[in-house]
Amino acid sequence: MRHEITLRVNGVEETHHVESNTTLLEFLRDTLDLTGTKEGCNEGECGACTVLLDGQAVNACLVLAAECEDASVTTIEGIGRAGALHPVQEAILRHHAVQCGFCTPGMVMTAVEYLEDHPRPSDDDVREALSGNLCRCTGYRQIVDAVLDAAGTLRARDGSRS
Amino acid sequence: MSGVVGTPVPRVDGLDKVTGAARYAADLKFPRLLHAEVVRSPLPHARVLSVSYARALQVPGVRAAASGADFPFHTGIYLKDQTVFATDRVRMVGDPVAAVAADTPEAAREAAQLVDVEYEPLPPVFDVLAGMAPDAPLVHPELGRYECVPWINPRAGTNVANHLKVRKGDYDGALASAAHVFENTFEVPQVQHVPMENHVSVARADLAGRVEVHTSAQSPFTVRHLLCACFKLPHSDVRVVVPNVGGGFGGKAGINLEPIAVALAMRANGRPVRVSVDRSEEFYATVVRQGLRATLTTGVDRNGKVVAQRMEYLWNCGAYGGYGVNVVRAAGYTCGGAYEFPNVRGDSIGVYTNRPVGSAYRGFGMQEIHWALEQQMDCVARELGMDPVEFRLLNCLGPGKKTVTGQVLDAGSGRVDLCIGRVAEATGLRGRRAEGPGRTGALPKSVKGVGMACAVKAPAMPNNASSSVHMKFCDDADLELAISGIDYGQGLMTVAAQFAAEALGLPVSKIRVRGQPDTNLSPYDWQTVASRQTWATGNAALKAAADVRRQLFAMASEALGVPPDELTLRDVAVWHEPSGRSIALPLLVLGYQFPDGHTIGGPVAAAATFVPEGLLFLDPDTAQSAKPVAKWTFGAQALEITVDTETGRIAIDRAVACYDVGKVVNPGLIEGQTFGGIVQGLGTGMMEELMLSTQTGRVVNASLMDYKIPTSADIPTRMEASFVETPQKDGPMGARGIGEHTMIPTPAALANALYDALGIRIRDLPITAEKVLRELKAKRERDAGTGKAV
Repeated sequence: MRHEITLRVNGVEETHHVESNTTLLEFLRDTLDLTGTKEGCNEGECGACTVLLDGQAVNACLVLAAECEDASVTTIEGIGRAGALHPVQEAILRHHAVQCGFCTPGMVMTAVEYLEDHPRPSDDDVREALSGNLCRCTGYRQIVDAVLDAAGTLRARDGSRS
Repeated sequence: MSGVVGTPVPRVDGLDKVTGAARYAADLKFPRLLHAEVVRSPLPHARVLSVSYARALQVPGVRAAASGADFPFHTGIYLKDQTVFATDRVRMVGDPVAAVAADTPEAAREAAQLVDVEYEPLPPVFDVLAGMAPDAPLVHPELGRYECVPWINPRAGTNVANHLKVRKGDYDGALASAAHVFENTFEVPQVQHVPMENHVSVARADLAGRVEVHTSAQSPFTVRHLLCACFKLPHSDVRVVVPNVGGGFGGKAGINLEPIAVALAMRANGRPVRVSVDRSEEFYATVVRQGLRATLTTGVDRNGKVVAQRMEYLWNCGAYGGYGVNVVRAAGYTCGGAYEFPNVRGDSIGVYTNRPVGSAYRGFGMQEIHWALEQQMDCVARELGMDPVEFRLLNCLGPGKKTVTGQVLDAGSGRVDLCIGRVAEATGLRGRRAEGPGRTGALPKSVKGVGMACAVKAPAMPNNASSSVHMKFCDDADLELAISGIDYGQGLMTVAAQFAAEALGLPVSKIRVRGQPDTNLSPYDWQTVASRQTWATGNAALKAAADVRRQLFAMASEALGVPPDELTLRDVAVWHEPSGRSIALPLLVLGYQFPDGHTIGGPVAAAATFVPEGLLFLDPDTAQSAKPVAKWTFGAQALEITVDTETGRIAIDRAVACYDVGKVVNPGLIEGQTFGGIVQGLGTGMMEELMLSTQTGRVVNASLMDYKIPTSADIPTRMEASFVETPQKDGPMGARGIGEHTMIPTPAALANALYDALGIRIRDLPITAEKVLRELKAKRERDAGTGKAV
């Protein structure tokens, strides 16, 4: 069965037809060509497809596109670009926290969401927060360091605003 | 900008990856793409009586189908024992039997269900010992008829896919004279690479007969070579393109899904066909790491010097030889690990079974043999009442010492003794409880332990494996450096940029590494395996840069009227320092035009190659060779652990690694390699095992839910990496490989730390909490029997 859905993706309103069983992941990758969101397992175990759905980090492979009517979705493409990176992206580059890069977009999305509500996380907090995003290359240490570093940057930025 | 090599330059591909701009094979869009579904064997061993896809072709939207009768072509890199699709026999659950391609994945799936295959089940064999039994079912009855490279030694009429014998000195005589003899058996199960990106390949065969393949692979030129050998095509008609690759670890070496995609594409009237595996198939239908059963016998003299060493490595190759047969060989000529054993009998034997296909996996057999060797060294030292650190230092290799193949290591081979010393000092391991834990009374809930292990590995590659690079300039003097080594995370593009920047006095920002090779356009490279790229491509990049420099100086010399040897490169210009004059590079890179209009030179460009010198084949009967491999990288790791004696759970408090890498090219990248290797090593050390039902032959934990890999919550509380820099003679600025070595010693170090903590030894990977509790219980019972409380 086909559904027409209207939602906002990275701030842009999109109206498309989707099948009942089309996942948000398929919709983003195949219909919108937002391929920064990766498929690693298609069963919610690896976190490579993490996006923000109404501000919450979700595995896009476990969400049906048809359920996203009126929703606001943010993908890695909505987080930052050359010259205007998010502090999490900047920190990941600074800490050499990317290797193959396949988990990186999902990892960034999880970290961005987590730091919104947790401005002063401990090392253990970050390790726990990222534990749903698998990475086979880095051993996580530099990613955790990057997220802790980004937390500091965000605190400084928010502090200077207030 | 000299001084770039050795600094933590950020990854040159980092921006692409953090923004999601980096495209991987599954991200590529192809108009009119067909989706493939592979029909795979549900049985571990069976005769294939018939295959018919007639019904499948009736499904609306199905455009092509293929089976073994259509493409009875052999694949296989060293031993041609595998076909694109099964022909007369299937040898594992998941063996491809046929495939269909359709407009939609749904139609392809439906059609695949309608492929009729008739099987006659045959008795399977899953275990190496059973596979070596005289009456074992033969996985490859036609083994004697397969094409094979001369340095792989399959035994017709058996399940032995390869056997390398190492014979050095007089083992029997030395064993007879030994003061003490120790024998132990250690086992390693099959595990999987678990790259975050599953395998995917897209192929198109156009109406002019040319084939184009876009694939997640480590070795585009070897993919091309093997596809051409398989389908009998000229190399120039096959184009292989590799975009970003989401992890490989050896699992994307050689060909995997590409032949299936090409076979379907050849029947699809020019439409592109995508073949991919889901996460479940990734576990059993691509490739895995081989299992190992290792039996070691060590004879020592009164001073603790090893005089005789026997190593029997039995490898569970699974259904096909693939890279596995070369793992068997590499494990043979490295059978003694980081030690000098004067009298050696080594047998490394690969055995076919009806399991998933064993292949290359980060370390290429070395983590598996070190699991055995490094525990054996610990066992022997403890039994002798010696400090395991001192025992290692007494017996380890080093300059002037002889390997198991009789190679005398030179001064540029690296220093494992320094690595041992460094991790032992850092962890207080030296001199610690040399006699082993002598606890009495009730065990506390938390018990700490420290253990270490060494590592060594050489590149396992043909003696003539080469790399090459191309260099040219854009108009604005940005330098384009084309390479065909694949940067699937290890940092090759960044390292190559650093070497070029260093040699040309350019900032790294002026170097653009074209690192996603297209075999139609890119320079030749054998493969991205064997921790060989920094060394091989690095050397080629330095050579090309020297050529570019020479060309720039020749023009500038004429333009400025000064001798070329008075010129330097800095700040994106050629300078004549004595006169303070310079020419900006954009005025030179496409040729220099004089004020009167006449022009000299032309676009500056260079090509350069690297092939290692002086490598010699192994003696076929004894594996002796004065230089069997290009280089060795040595190292050591120590782990500090806390064991919960109630749950059996082990927490890793600290991991300390030290490797002699010749030259640290980029501290940030090498730290990432080290930490990544340690954690991947802890995965195989504590969690990972491909579980197979011997009833059905199926892998029962083929999902990330059931096959756990380490998460960020599982990593050591602290990880430290340090490096010794003994320059490699033929290394670029002295550098040698490190990518694989970082996961080699970890499981053995963990086992040794567990022994240090509790006096229990686990000989079969992985070290799970259940096994810890089981061994603790067994030890309690043993100690109760001897009156010693634990």
